[in-house]
Amino acid sequence: MNAQARPAPARTPFWIAVGLVAGREMKVKMSSKAFVVTTAIMLGLLLAAVLVGPRLADWLGGTAGADVAVTAETAQAVGALGDSYDLRTVGSTDAAREAVRAGEVEAAVVPDEAGPAGLAVVGLDSAPTDLVQALSTTPAVELLDPNAAAPGLQYLIAFGFGIVFFTIAITYGQQIAVSVIEEKQSRVVEILLAAIPAKAMMAGKVIGNSAMALFQVALVAGVLLLGMQINETVLPLDGLGAPILWFVLLFAIGFVMIASLYAAAASLVSRQEDIGSTSLPVMMLIMLPYFAVIFFNDDPQALRIMSFIPFCAPVAVPLRVFLGQGETWEHVAALGVLVLSTGLAIWFAATIYERSILRTGKAMTWSQALRSRAV
Amino acid sequence: MISVRDLTKSYGDHQVLHGLTFDIKPGVMTGFVGGNGAGKTTTMRILLGVLSPDSGEVLVDGSPITADHRAGIGYMPEERGLYPKMTVIDQLVYLARLHGSSAEAARARATDLLERLDLGPRATDKLEELSLGNQQRAQVAAALVHEPIALVLDEPFSGLDPHAVDTTLQVLRETADNGVPVLFSSHQLDVVERLCDELVILADGRVVANGTRQELLERHAETEWELAADTDAGWVRCAPGVRVTSLDGGWVRFHAESGDAANAVLREASSRGTVRAFGLVHHSLHDIFTEVTR
Repeated sequence: MNAQARPAPARTPFWIAVGLVAGREMKVKMSSKAFVVTTAIMLGLLLAAVLVGPRLADWLGGTAGADVAVTAETAQAVGALGDSYDLRTVGSTDAAREAVRAGEVEAAVVPDEAGPAGLAVVGLDSAPTDLVQALSTTPAVELLDPNAAAPGLQYLIAFGFGIVFFTIAITYGQQIAVSVIEEKQSRVVEILLAAIPAKAMMAGKVIGNSAMALFQVALVAGVLLLGMQINETVLPLDGLGAPILWFVLLFAIGFVMIASLYAAAASLVSRQEDIGSTSLPVMMLIMLPYFAVIFFNDDPQALRIMSFIPFCAPVAVPLRVFLGQGETWEHVAALGVLVLSTGLAIWFAATIYERSILRTGKAMTWSQALRSRAV
Repeated sequence: MISVRDLTKSYGDHQVLHGLTFDIKPGVMTGFVGGNGAGKTTTMRILLGVLSPDSGEVLVDGSPITADHRAGIGYMPEERGLYPKMTVIDQLVYLARLHGSSAEAARARATDLLERLDLGPRATDKLEELSLGNQQRAQVAAALVHEPIALVLDEPFSGLDPHAVDTTLQVLRETADNGVPVLFSSHQLDVVERLCDELVILADGRVVANGTRQELLERHAETEWELAADTDAGWVRCAPGVRVTSLDGGWVRFHAESGDAANAVLREASSRGTVRAFGLVHHSLHDIFTEVTR
């Protein structure tokens, strides 16, 4: 191997370098016991909750298979309720009452000439509500605006989008921060910077960790769907399909924005202990949409404004789509604003990162990094 | 050849480099010597493009260094560091690939290097499980793994035991013999003296001496003679053409105008008694260093 005979050296192309960095980030995460174990536990608990949840009510004192004493006259009416009740036919009304009192059955249904239904339900110390309801007739209900979302549901959905955005952004943002500081603390960053540009390093980290975040979200969604499949329940997606698609799209973009800012925040400090101070502003930006939707989810004008604020958009736009507020162009415009500001945030973060990643010692402030020349 | 031309650099009000100029020739090991804060690390960082100079430039064969060329340099920073939780082989392959090697070439080269640095059996250990000396060897391997076109090593021997110094040295020598320019800094002057073909001595951000060891000796140290005899050597002070620099009983060190003047001293000494030693004083790098950085 003669140096003279070798081809001229060439720097690794930018995107290949980004790919290598992203690949390492993902590989490290995948082979980290902490990540694998916590993910497995989380998915296990989730699956258990999905499977057990709906059955829990049945197991805890449900009336399934409850014994009910009937007389010849009422046997047909109760029998029509299906397999939920085990019928015990007794000779008379008195015998039925006696069976309830003795605890042999949980309730009895006896003929009652005076009542409008021609039946009376006998219980021991409390009214057997399920049975009463099953035997009652309900009047027909006509809804004039069947598609309007119930206020409770609206709140729940706003809250749901908000909390998913909030938890995932904070969890993964912090993981990116840790991995940036790790490189700075172990000094490996100087060797890396001699090989590839700082921007490629940051991009690789953000992309690798974003991919892992989306992968974990996909796992969670997959487990939920699997649980529902096993349960043979249908996803209550009525009217939620489009909002969820909007959410996924906006979240993926917004997450990249937050991840870049976290990487920049982490590059300002040299020790894990100091990350709190520089990441606080980023944290605030993440909490903003979370609280905003909780307070303003029933105010169309506020939602409209929030959909154009990049940090709130991933929560506000899907909610507006769900509520049928605004025109499609407004949502697309909000998406545009988010894409644009994500681009700006990446540029801003890359600048900060480039200027501070080799400064060790005391934590820098955001403005110090901005004012300093590139080293 | 890599040429450093008129580099200046300040951190705030503090000027670290004052117009630094020197060359790193291919196939030659150039030692970079200087006290703490002399500017060695700053210069090396500028060479690698990790820092940019306030003025001045770095040339490769006469034209300004490119990012492509820089990516081909093997670098060992002053601040050591690799990923603590990654296996030795994995990080070497990763670094080689960042420098543009293919995965297979990177693995083959990394395995070979670890073997040569006596780290073969440790290849699949995590870095944090290695002893400090072995971590240092892994760091040397990290600088060499992408078949560098030049080497810039900041204190490559600090923290190595003598055996490890020899192994590392051999690997560096082989690299230099392949026509690669090698620049390394060290505080250990004896090591530098043993290894270097050329020297650049730095003091307060300026090159104070530069050249082969022989050239430096001739330029910076006057020829000195030494005489040890049984009898008191005080008479040498009066010998013609001679200036005594130190004297202690029968031992004397002096400058002589010519070889003849020195020989005359020897003849006189042997007539006065037994001469136990006579000859030229061997100046070490340490002497030169002390003189030029004074």
